[in-house]
Amino acid sequence: MTIFTHLYKEDRAGGVLLGLLLAAGLLVPVLNLGLGEAHPLHLSTYTVTLLGKYLCYALLAMAVDMAWGYLGILTLGHGAFFALGGYAMGMYLMRQIGSRGVYGHPLLPDFMVFLNWKELPWFWHGFDGFIFALLMVMAVPGLLAFLFGWFAFRSRVTGVYLSIMTQALTYALMLAFFRNDLGFGGNNGLTDFKEILGFSLQADGTRAGLFAASAAALALGYLACRFITRSRLGKLCTAIRDQEDRARFIGYRVEAAKLWVFVFSAVLAGIAGALYVPQVGIINPTEFAPLASIEAVVWVAVGGRATLYGAVLGALIINYAKSYLTAAFPDAWLFGLGALFVLVTLFLPQGVAGLLQMVPFRKKGGTP
Amino acid sequence: MKLRQRHFVALLVLLAGSIASGSALAADTIKVGVLHSLSGTMAISETTLKDTMLMLVEEQNKKGGLLGKKLEAVVVDPASNWPLFAEKARELIEKQKVTAVFGCWTSVSRKSVLPVFEELNSLLFYPVQYEGEESSKNVFYTGAAPNQQAIPAVDYLMGLGVKRWVLAGTDYVYPRTTNKILEAYLKSKGVAAGDIMINYTPFGHSDWQSIVSEIKKFGAAGKKTAVVSTINGDANVPFYKELGNQGVTADVIPVVAFSVGEEELSGIDTKPLVGHLAAWNYFMSVDNETNETFIETWHKFIKNEKRVTNDPMEAHYIGFNMWVKAVEKAGTTDATAVQEAIIGIAVPNLSGGYSAMMPNHHITKPVLIGEIQADGQFQTVWQTKGLVVGDEWSDYLDGSKDLISDWRAPLACGNFNVKTGKCSAKK
Amino acid sequence: MPMRSDSYRRHLLLATIAAVLLVLSPYAAGLARSAPGTGFEEGMTLLLEEDFGRKAAGVDMLAESSDPRAESILETMLAGELFYLKENRTLVQARPEGDGFAARAILGDADLGTVAKRKLKKIAINNSLRGQLESALARLRLSNADAGVRAEAVNKMLATVTPESRAQWAGYLQSETDPAVQAALRAALALTVLRDGSAGPAERRAAVAQLAGHLHPTVRNELARLLAGEPEAPIRKAAQRALEGIDARLAWLDFFETFFFGLSLGSVLVLAAIGLAITFGVIGVINMAHGELIMLGAYTAFVLQQLLPDAIGTALVLSIPTAFVVAGLVGMAIERTIIRFLYGRPLETLLATFGVSLILQQAVRSIFSPLNRSVATPAWMSGAIQLNAVLSLTTNRVVILLFSLLVFAGLALLLKKSSIGLQVRAVAQNRAMARAMGVRAARVDALTFGLGSGIAGIAGVALSQLTNVGPNLGQAYIVDSFMVVVFGGVGNLWGTLLGGLTLGVTNKFLEPWTGAVMAKILVLVFIVLFIQKRPQGLFPQKGRAAAG
Repeated sequence: MTIFTHLYKEDRAGGVLLGLLLAAGLLVPVLNLGLGEAHPLHLSTYTVTLLGKYLCYALLAMAVDMAWGYLGILTLGHGAFFALGGYAMGMYLMRQIGSRGVYGHPLLPDFMVFLNWKELPWFWHGFDGFIFALLMVMAVPGLLAFLFGWFAFRSRVTGVYLSIMTQALTYALMLAFFRNDLGFGGNNGLTDFKEILGFSLQADGTRAGLFAASAAALALGYLACRFITRSRLGKLCTAIRDQEDRARFIGYRVEAAKLWVFVFSAVLAGIAGALYVPQVGIINPTEFAPLASIEAVVWVAVGGRATLYGAVLGALIINYAKSYLTAAFPDAWLFGLGALFVLVTLFLPQGVAGLLQMVPFRKKGGTP
Repeated sequence: MKLRQRHFVALLVLLAGSIASGSALAADTIKVGVLHSLSGTMAISETTLKDTMLMLVEEQNKKGGLLGKKLEAVVVDPASNWPLFAEKARELIEKQKVTAVFGCWTSVSRKSVLPVFEELNSLLFYPVQYEGEESSKNVFYTGAAPNQQAIPAVDYLMGLGVKRWVLAGTDYVYPRTTNKILEAYLKSKGVAAGDIMINYTPFGHSDWQSIVSEIKKFGAAGKKTAVVSTINGDANVPFYKELGNQGVTADVIPVVAFSVGEEELSGIDTKPLVGHLAAWNYFMSVDNETNETFIETWHKFIKNEKRVTNDPMEAHYIGFNMWVKAVEKAGTTDATAVQEAIIGIAVPNLSGGYSAMMPNHHITKPVLIGEIQADGQFQTVWQTKGLVVGDEWSDYLDGSKDLISDWRAPLACGNFNVKTGKCSAKK
Repeated sequence: MPMRSDSYRRHLLLATIAAVLLVLSPYAAGLARSAPGTGFEEGMTLLLEEDFGRKAAGVDMLAESSDPRAESILETMLAGELFYLKENRTLVQARPEGDGFAARAILGDADLGTVAKRKLKKIAINNSLRGQLESALARLRLSNADAGVRAEAVNKMLATVTPESRAQWAGYLQSETDPAVQAALRAALALTVLRDGSAGPAERRAAVAQLAGHLHPTVRNELARLLAGEPEAPIRKAAQRALEGIDARLAWLDFFETFFFGLSLGSVLVLAAIGLAITFGVIGVINMAHGELIMLGAYTAFVLQQLLPDAIGTALVLSIPTAFVVAGLVGMAIERTIIRFLYGRPLETLLATFGVSLILQQAVRSIFSPLNRSVATPAWMSGAIQLNAVLSLTTNRVVILLFSLLVFAGLALLLKKSSIGLQVRAVAQNRAMARAMGVRAARVDALTFGLGSGIAGIAGVALSQLTNVGPNLGQAYIVDSFMVVVFGGVGNLWGTLLGGLTLGVTNKFLEPWTGAVMAKILVLVFIVLFIQKRPQGLFPQKGRAAAG
């Protein structure tokens, strides 16, 4: 509890967020599993998976906020890291199917069997182990971010150019993953997962567990981000965001700072993707689509930049709105979504977080 | 402080509760789910199917509904987003308590919802031609399998003396599988590897200059050449425009397509395409009374005399009527009972005959080959005399040639290996 | 399983036999009847039959009747305009007009006015009949008055010349005066020799010499066949040389063709990107709704064609200015209501315009339905310009290439020479300084944005001739447009032109090696790497403006 009291004094919103996550992580599984279906407070499995998905999006939004809010890099390609993490997890889940696929092949996933592949491609080896897959979930996005950042930051590509480059990156990856020859199932992607760590993915208990894991990941992610943003590195990042040249002239190694935070952000997105895949049950190249990455940026904008908790808030609000609107107004929901983006940028430049700060919530000082 | 935290918890519970609510409605209607994209890239094709379902439900209600209750269509928009398909499927079944779902177009959307239907034991009627290689207890495939479209089309062209083949497709699983099957089939008929050219393009490919020019050169080798096109949706318009402009007419190099129907043609200037072919199980131009009534009802429902009908619409028509009959036969909408009742049920199709649901959850259909006319319709030039049974596991693929599917008791297996005598998906 | 495949196979067998009969019957009928001048009347009645085989026989009779009316009848039939009146079975030519058809009798050429659709029955044709009509027409056109038509007819018949027809070809050659037709006829004559098993070595050698340098694919195939089976070494050598010569020329033509394809693709990219280059480069605004403005232009072309159904070409030309105005006005509305409040915050504009793009897409979906719309291609834009036997440039691509250059030139001129252009450039280079000099920056911003949007609308009209007109049209081009602008260098029109063309040509030269998908990926990777080397694109902005 001390950490909460400490946080609550230092960073009220963050404390609330963590408290909520803790409560949700404990309560949601209880309400889902513990109460009968007839109980008024019972949460259906549908709702649990939905909330779990939102939390993964929230973690992605937080990763975007690290890059955009604190580093000033408007990334239009974070979906790529998210999807890569998802694919790494998907590959683990595919290998778990084992010989229970429709063709009963002991080693090859179904999509390889019916395209006449004879042996497992080299990059699929090792993914039968959970630990290895977990490592890859972080290593692959991290490595890509490192390579991309290494080149881009060293040659001082900034601003709009950098944004477009990130977009090109994810677009190229999308085209590549669509190719069946690449060995990731092409357009159909990876699907029909059976179990994770021996637990059936169709069981309510596993879903509740995955939800709790997502809540925990988001809470830990928040703490890690907060730690970084308040460290010397984080302060340097803010300086870089506001005046890159000046920070460089003072003698800081701007590239290194940017690179490490960017890689961290990519790893975070990868973890979000890895948690997302077992809950939605499919990973496919459309996760690489530029539009998906832009949407993630929009969540952050709606929630409020450079606040971390705002990103979480934005992801939750928009995705809830999307779920609700697609069911309630299937023909018109894009109007609402589009108008929301316009109105928020015009009238709420600080996002919902800015709105919250305007509300006389806290009387006694304390800057978030 | 603690107090406020408790407030938030209460708020969260409330929020979650509001998401979960809506399931408490009394069941005085029978709900039917419609799971078609109304926005995003697939809206082009799928919106029509949503309207078709609404029309079929309305017609059934005019006839007095089902089991004494009215039918109610529940429409959701999965927005061409594959994970969203799974989520919406779950919403329809778990929250809205629909008794059956009619939906999906792309294979990936079907793959995405499949585990949901199996987990919650509900019914999905899938109306689009697809690559086969699947058979689920919970899915009824009312579109064509490759042997109900691709192989008869190739046979027809062989009969016309075609010796060289271009297999052109969009790079995804349906063309890949279909082309694999066709390649094996052509080779089994003695076509040399050098006389087969295979080409894949990305989704929405719009610059066809080089590929059409290549096809032209391939076709200039002195043997009669044909293109078998599994090019998907949006890429077709620029493809056909380029064909027309480069002078690849149907009498020189005919193109037979499996994804181009009346609806797609309504978005193209068809004059340069006259004579190119398509293989389907239904054409709007088919001349019989059932079809005439269907078209008339459709025009009245959609309030537009110019709207066309197409093959996937017919598949929904067949699937919906089969479901209605099965429910009547079983006397309940319970999924398991309907699954048992529906096998063997035959309903009129729109091509002037009856289609029956087979034990492999695929249906019997006639295969029609049509030439594109200047008015955007097809003229049937060839038709199987009888019905063709959908073959879920292709005999021309190594992985699946020993598999069969039969969902009747006692076998009740979607992928029974006749060689090993095992049902591989069963745990 | 055995049951169904059995019955299925039987159907196939039946169908195959039927199809073979269908193909063979015209030839059988044609062979049986060789006396020219007769059979016109009989052929005409056969055309009315339902059976395609009998129709085919009718076509052959007409073609061989040497009746002067045969050619136009066959042409009408090929165009799908041949009908007969149900009441008295007379053949008429009919074109749709209003609710009915404008009909004129084939024999006697009498105008029958408008005839209701149900009174007419179309003479249906299928593919094999279409092929037969084409070759029958080619035969008839050998004596056409126009030399171009004659040459085309000979070329069309090259694939099917038989040794027996040698004397006939020689006869044509003797009476022919046009050099192009003569060359084609000589090729045909040489082919008759090569296909004749009884021709002597000297004849064969002369024929090979005759065919050297002839580009028609049939000639190449014939030489290749000869090379494989020729007993005489010197003739083999000659054939080899002729073949190599043809291949060398084909390689050059291939290169030229690919280059043209690249330019054409590039010109489309330039058209799509150039509006963006203005808004993005000049006022630093990332307009995510750019693609939707292109889409609006394409829909404008569709609407105008609906309004003027009888003059689709005129409608297309008219839609160029209309699309400019429509998209321009929408663009200015976006600028006035949204973007102007967001200047200096380029990343926020991205989000707001993304919202606008969603709204515009859904609006189009609601108004025009999510289905693709058909924009017809006028006659002067369809078909191809035939440069020689193997090389042709498609007319629509040529027109669009020229059009994009024209738009570019117009835009460059506007920015260079007009006073508003001067102001735009001034604001782009240094907003504060320009304002100090009395330029009304806000007005310039609105006009620039309108101009960029208007150009996007024009691009939409051009794209309507190449691809789908649907709600997703814009999204297909937005990423590519960004790539072109960034590659060329923001704020530089020439950069956009050169960037677009370079990317197009690169893409097309990669495509044959790597396939279309890999080519696109490689180009993207290339751009990413290029930007590492030159962070400001091909043509970086110079001076102080570059820092922002």
